[in-house]
Formats: sequence, structure tokens, C-alpha cells
Amino acid sequence: MSGSNRNSFPPSLNCPAPSPKREVIVLGHGGGGRLTADLVSQVFLPALSNPVLDRLNDSAELKLGSRQILFTTDAFVVSPLRFPGGDIGSLAVHGTINDLAVAGGQPLGISAAFILEEGFPIAELRSIVQSMRAAADQAAVSVIAADTKVVEHGKADGLFITTSGIGLAPAGLGLGFDRVRAGDAVLVSGPVGDHGVAVMAAREGLEFETTVVSDSAPLHGLVSSMLRGGGAIRCMRDPTRGGVATVVNELAKSAGAEIVIEETSVPVRDGVRAACEILGLDPLYVACEGRLVAIVAGADADRVLAAMRRHPLGEGACRIGAVAEIGNPRVLLRTAFGAIRALDLLAGAQLPRIC
Amino acid sequence: MKFIDEFRDAAAVRALLDRIRTAITRPWTIMEVCGGQTHTIVRYGLDELLPREVALVHGPGCPVCVTPIEMIDLAIELARRPGIILCSFGDMLRVPGSAADLFDARAAGADVRIVYSPLDALALACREPSREVVFFAVGFETTAPTTAMAAYQAMRLKVPNFSVISAHVRVPPAIEAILSSPDNRVQGFLAAGHVCTIMGIDEYRPLVERFRVPIVVTGFEPVDLLQGVAMCVAQLEQGRAEVENQYARSVRKDGNLAARRLLEQVFTVVDRRWRGLATLPNSALALNDRYAAYDAIRRFGLTRPIASEPPECRAGDVLRGLLKPPVCPSFGKSCTPDRPLGAPMVSAEGACAAYFHAGRLAIGSAEAK
Repeated sequence: MSGSNRNSFPPSLNCPAPSPKREVIVLGHGGGGRLTADLVSQVFLPALSNPVLDRLNDSAELKLGSRQILFTTDAFVVSPLRFPGGDIGSLAVHGTINDLAVAGGQPLGISAAFILEEGFPIAELRSIVQSMRAAADQAAVSVIAADTKVVEHGKADGLFITTSGIGLAPAGLGLGFDRVRAGDAVLVSGPVGDHGVAVMAAREGLEFETTVVSDSAPLHGLVSSMLRGGGAIRCMRDPTRGGVATVVNELAKSAGAEIVIEETSVPVRDGVRAACEILGLDPLYVACEGRLVAIVAGADADRVLAAMRRHPLGEGACRIGAVAEIGNPRVLLRTAFGAIRALDLLAGAQLPRIC
Repeated sequence: MKFIDEFRDAAAVRALLDRIRTAITRPWTIMEVCGGQTHTIVRYGLDELLPREVALVHGPGCPVCVTPIEMIDLAIELARRPGIILCSFGDMLRVPGSAADLFDARAAGADVRIVYSPLDALALACREPSREVVFFAVGFETTAPTTAMAAYQAMRLKVPNFSVISAHVRVPPAIEAILSSPDNRVQGFLAAGHVCTIMGIDEYRPLVERFRVPIVVTGFEPVDLLQGVAMCVAQLEQGRAEVENQYARSVRKDGNLAARRLLEQVFTVVDRRWRGLATLPNSALALNDRYAAYDAIRRFGLTRPIASEPPECRAGDVLRGLLKPPVCPSFGKSCTPDRPLGAPMVSAEGACAAYFHAGRLAIGSAEAK
């Protein structure tokens, strides 16, 4: 060992100095759980705080005359770049649209910046950009601004994409965490965890065969159907990294609500359950890229569910829980045997680089 | 899912709870040995569903938790050397050494990688012939055969750049240590089913005879655990002390003979200090002299540094079943999975992590008000 000055310490030193824990970024800071929340509250908000950012919504809401403009930004570092059901290009388009969609917005346009590593095959880049185009066409949106940067070999892992999205919300939409009430229902638009498992299965070192395909899809059409169907929708989130458990925690915190989730009501495909069983993961924390979680008025839940199920991306929509009370923000899980336990933010990262 | 759902069946759980309630006449203290069992108990709230006469205490069966702190320091020291790729299971990376964990070492530039099998580490060594690949092997008799297989294959294929730090440990000496302790209050054991899948059940017979305690080899699903408790309670109530096998769908009397032969071929049984416990005789597996070239400790001339635990960490009491995690003064305050004082708060099999993730503290206080 080169640190010879370490030897000058008394060898019997038996009270090790406290670990200077987490003074550098670790992968867990990107996991969407507790460490990410710490980073936001301790680094980003103190420096950048303003009334719009402080709401910590998926999209910023800006008033422009009588119009409500939505603006969002996102970065994509998924590994591997291709997985069953999509690739980093289609994922970037869908992820950006979905941040606008869960705020009730229809996308007007997307920007994309490409950070490329020296040596990355142009054929591969072309194919990913074409996949972006196809995803954008399918969602009837365009990539209207772009940028390219290249870094030296070894300074990035092939390709990273960052995006922004701009959208327009209908007037008088009335979504807001402050509208959540005791007795409201919590809905999810389909089976959870497909994306996370599809990416894990494609990852080097974890060769297991599965038929699970990523659920990556643009949700603004589903949201339109829900809004058209009537019924009081309070707020929505898309359960990407950190999964349903994490977004329900975010919703509980934003709304100051105690939410009870029924474990047996959360839809999980058999293939996802099996993969999670083998990998020691909890499907409630595994990422989706084409699902949304909505809190709606309890009396309107069936009506909203019916509207969701009429849309192809909402066929598997279910009620998974309810708001028990306002004023005690936390999430509880009722297990199959009726025992109740807390469903908390995950410490660290369950699956790094999933989106 | 077949072979899972029937062991999580709510009706079967209720029937077993009834059977235990009917059979029990007085309080009994039962230890589930394996951390995987602890997680099932806490996750499904089985301890709260059981009649109050059954006190379940959590055992030392979390191999990550009992890996001595100086071994983690040693792995970190090795990982920091240029040219080395250190591989281990994910849990091991977050366990605090005396000044840092392997994730910290990685964030500071060390090449530390998560693998899902020792054979993946061996494959990595074949792909990276200019680097030294070291596998930090942790686990009970369940995972030791896969490490043995990696060492065996490395020798057979003459892979020159692969070696192992073996932190493998054995279950029976830990049960013996708990039963020999003057403050022991455990009256029956649920032994770890997967360990017995490899080792069989015969090595528990001397313990049963010497200490007159029932040992029920038990699986990991809710129905398994309640069936194990029911069998253990029946023995205790009837004054019997026998080795019984609840997990017969996986455990055969002689275990997995091929795996046991491989263990004998590659490892030798040695004494080792268990983190939080003590030095237990014959409690660990080290590579034997024939495999010395694949033993990272000998290969790199490593000597164990002196290290000690943070004094406020009471992991030792938790691992011996003397302290329930939420009762520990540091639990959820100065010790959380983000900033653990000890390994049981980190590992997927750690008892403190089981309570923390199940939000037991929060629920307890909510019920108390």
C-alpha cells in the first residue's frame, strides 16, 4: 500500500474514525428512493429553489395568459441500450411525453441532446435515432430541437440522451395534490414492474430467459380518455424508477395523505413475479415506463376505471388502495394475511440505470 | 406461481395458526436461524399473528452480517490496489468496514463489481487476463459449493488471475455457541432449509442429543415457517427433542452429495471470528492447501488489520437473539439502511433491515397511540 503515513498511527488504534459517509455520489443517488430525495432537498433545492421547482412535480406549470404551459426535462442512461420492448431512443420519447401527460398535458414538442462516447458505432446511433422518430410519430409529436456532444472513449457508456418536453394543459383541468380527500381511490393503469424486469433480463451477467417485455409507451392518449370520461381526478404520477411504492410515497407526501395499498390488488404479471422472486426484488419497487398511478374521488373510481379500460394502454387498470386520512402522510400496505406494515421509500438503488 | 403460491395461501396460514393455538399451553422461545426466514416473518407479520406464547427470536443466519469487520477492511484494501477487480454479491458492498464500505471504495475509483455467481467472476477473469479478479465469497453451506466450483474450474482450466477471499461459514457451530451461552433462552430451533438442502440433517443430531432441544429443518415461505413452528411447539409440549424435516420438498437426509464432495475437495474447516459474536471453533471454510494458489489472502500476502465495531452497535445481541432490533437505541435513529452502524441493517437477510423495511417502528408507535 502506498499510504506509508498510515503506518505512523498507533497500530492499536481501536476506535475507527466515523466513516465520511456518502460525501461522493453513489449509484443509489440515482435510484429515485431516499438518497435521491436527500440529494434534491440538500443540494438542488437550496441552490435553485423557486415556487415552480419547489412543487417537485413531473412537469413545471407556467401560466401564459389563460393558457397553462407544461415544461419538463429528463435524462436517459439505461443499460443496455436495447431491451425487449424498446431502446434508449423510444424510452426517451415516452418518458418525456409521460411527464407531461401525468400533469394532464398534451405534448407540443421534444428536444433531445445526445452525449456520445468516442468509438460509438454510427450505425447503432442511426438505429436509435430512427427508433426515436418512430416513437415520436406514433405519439404524434416531433423532436423540434437537438444538440450533440462527444466525450473521449471511457468517459461515457456509449450514449446518454437528455430531453426536454413542452406541452399544453386544457384550461380548468383542476389537478392538484391539495384536492386529495380521505376516501379517494388509488388506481394503477396496468400490471407493474414490466420495464424493470425486461431491462434486467437483457443485462449482461444476468442471463435469464423471460417473455416479459417493457411496457414503455406514451400515456397522453390514455390521460385524454380519462379526462374526457369525467369523474374527479385529483392527481397522477408515472411510476418509473422506484416503482409504484415510490410514487405512492411521493403522492402521500405531496398531498399530506395516509394511503393504504392492498398488496393483493396490485396487478403483477407472473413473469415479473417470478423474476422478482429469483432476483430478490419487490415488484412494487420495480420501474414501469408505460403506467400511471392516479388518485381519484372514491365515488368516481369506477367511472375513471371504465374510461381507462376503454383505452388499449389502460386495459389492465385496477384499484389498488385508498386515501385513509389527510394529515398523516405515510403509506401502509395490507398484506395477503391482513397484517399491516409501512411501505416506505427504498434506501439506495434496487436497480441502477433502469431508465 | 407454482411452488410459491400454495406456500403463501391465506387459508393454509389460518389453519396452521389454529393448530398452534390449540397445541400450545405455555410460553416457548423459538429461534429461526436464517435471515431469509426472519424477513418472511417480519414482512408477512407472522410474529404478530402467532399466539403470544410463541416468542420468535432471530438467529445469526445472515452470512453478510457475521462476516468479520477485518475481512471487509481486507477486501477494501485489496480492491484499492491497481490492477484488481473485486467481485462480490450486492449485499456485501454496503456492509460497513471500520472506515468505509466497498461502495465507497468504488466511488473513490476502485473496480468493484456485483456478480450473481462466483462463476461469473471466473468468466470475468478469463475475459480480462491482464487483471487480477478476486471474488469475495460470503455465505453459509448453501452458497459455498458455488465458490468451490469456481475454484475447482479455475484450477482445471488453469486460470492464473482468479482468486477467492473465503468468508464462508457453517451453521452448526453457531447453534452450538448459542446453546452453550449462559444467557441462552432459546428452547427450539427452526434450522435453515437451504443449508440442509446441501448438508443434509445428520449434523444436527449431536446438538439435539447434547442440548435436548428440538431442531426443525424449515423452509422460507409463510406456510413453511408456521408449519415449522407448529412442529417445534408440538415437540416442546410433548417433551421431545428430535431433528425433524419440515422442508422435505427440498431437503434429503444426506443433502446434496455432489456438492458436499466438492466442498471437501476445495475447503478446509477453520476457526473464525463471527462479527458480533466471538471466535467460533470449526465455524468457517477456508481454501485448503491444494487450492492455496486461489486463496487471495495467501496470494497477496494479506494480513488481518486490527479493527473494532462502533461501540453503539448492538448487532451481537441481535444476532444472538437477545435484542429485538426496534428496541435498540440506535434503531432508525443513528442507524438506518442509508447510514448503517452494523451489517444487520444492510443485508437482505439482516434482522434490523427486515424490521426497518417493514416499517415496524412506525406501525408500533401508531398502534400505541
